Amino acid sequence: MPDAVPIEHEASHPALQHHFENMEQQREAGALGMWVFLVTELMFFGGMFLAYTLYRTKFPADFASASNHLDLTLGAVNTVVLILSSLTMALAVYSAQVGNRRSLLLCLVLTITLGLTFLGIKAVEYHDKYVDSLIPGQLIPGRPYNPAVQEHGAPDDKHKLHLLPGATVKHVEMFYWIYFAMTGMHALHMIIGVGLLSVILFFSWRGRYGPEYHNPVEISGLYWHFVDIVWIFLFPLLYLLGRHLEHM
Amino acid sequence: MSEHIVSIRVYLTIFLALMAGTALTVFAGLRDFPGQLNVIIALTIAVVKATLVVLYFMHVRYSSRLIWVIVTSALFWLVILFALTFSDYWTRCWLGPC
Repeated sequence: MPDAVPIEHEASHPALQHHFENMEQQREAGALGMWVFLVTELMFFGGMFLAYTLYRTKFPADFASASNHLDLTLGAVNTVVLILSSLTMALAVYSAQVGNRRSLLLCLVLTITLGLTFLGIKAVEYHDKYVDSLIPGQLIPGRPYNPAVQEHGAPDDKHKLHLLPGATVKHVEMFYWIYFAMTGMHALHMIIGVGLLSVILFFSWRGRYGPEYHNPVEISGLYWHFVDIVWIFLFPLLYLLGRHLEHM
Repeated sequence: MSEHIVSIRVYLTIFLALMAGTALTVFAGLRDFPGQLNVIIALTIAVVKATLVVLYFMHVRYSSRLIWVIVTSALFWLVILFALTFSDYWTRCWLGPC
C-alpha cells in the first residue's frame, strides 16, 4: 500500500475537521446537512397539513366554528413574537459573521426570550381550552372533551362554543385533535430550538464563534427559521379560517 | 465561493414585509370574500412570507446550487404528497353516489 499523501492543512482554523479541505467546504457541508434534515421535517409537518386539509374539506362548518373559538389576539401576538425572534436570530448569525461577540450574545438572549414568550402565550391558550373542556377525547383525566354550546344568536359568551349552521360538537372535536397535534408538535420544536440556542449561547459566551467559524450558529438559525415558517402557515389556517362567517 | 453576508438593512426590510403580511392576513381574514377566495388569499400571503424567510433569513438566495436543489426537492415531494392523496379523495364519487 502506497504511503498516503499528507494533505496540507496550512494554517488551518482549530475548528476545521480533518475530513474537510477548508472552512468554506465545512460550512457548506454543514448547511447542506441541516437542509436535508429540514426536508424530512417538512414532510413530517406536511402529513399533518394534509390531514388538516382533508378534514377541513369534509367538515367546513365545524372547523370554522372551532377556529372562531380560538383567541385571535393571542394567535396574532404570537405570530409577531415569532417573526421578531426570527429577525433577532438572523441578526445573531450576522453578528457572528462580522465577529461582534457582544451583539451575538444579545441577539441570542433576545431570541431565546422571545421563544419562551411564545411558549408562555401558547400555554395560556392551552389553559383556556382546558377550562372550556375543549381538550379532545380523554387526554386530560377528569376533564374529557365536553364543551358548553351556544347555538343561537351572536357569540357573546367566550367560554361557550358558537356553532355555525351545520356544525356539530362531535366534528368540532376533530378540529381540536388536529389543532393540538399541530401546535403541540410546533411547540415541541420550539422547546428543542430554545435548548439548541442555549447551547449556542454558552459557546458564544466562551468566545468560540467568529468570522471564520460560526456553522453551529448558522445551522441553528436555519432550524429556528423553519419552525417560524411552520407557524406562518399554522396561524392563518388554524385561527382565521372562519372569522368571516361569524357575522353573516 | 465565499460566504455572503446579508446586511442588516435587508434583514430589517424583510422583517417589515413579514409584519405587513401578518397584518394583511388578519385584515383579510376578517372580511368575507366570495367563494373560496378567503383561503386562497390567506395561503398566498403565507407562501409569500415563507418565501421571504427562506430566501433572505435562511440565505438561500445567496446559497449554492446544491442547496437550491434540496429546497426544491422538498416542495416537489410535498406536491406529490398532496396531489396523490387528493387524486383519490376528489375522485371517489365520480363513479356513483357515496
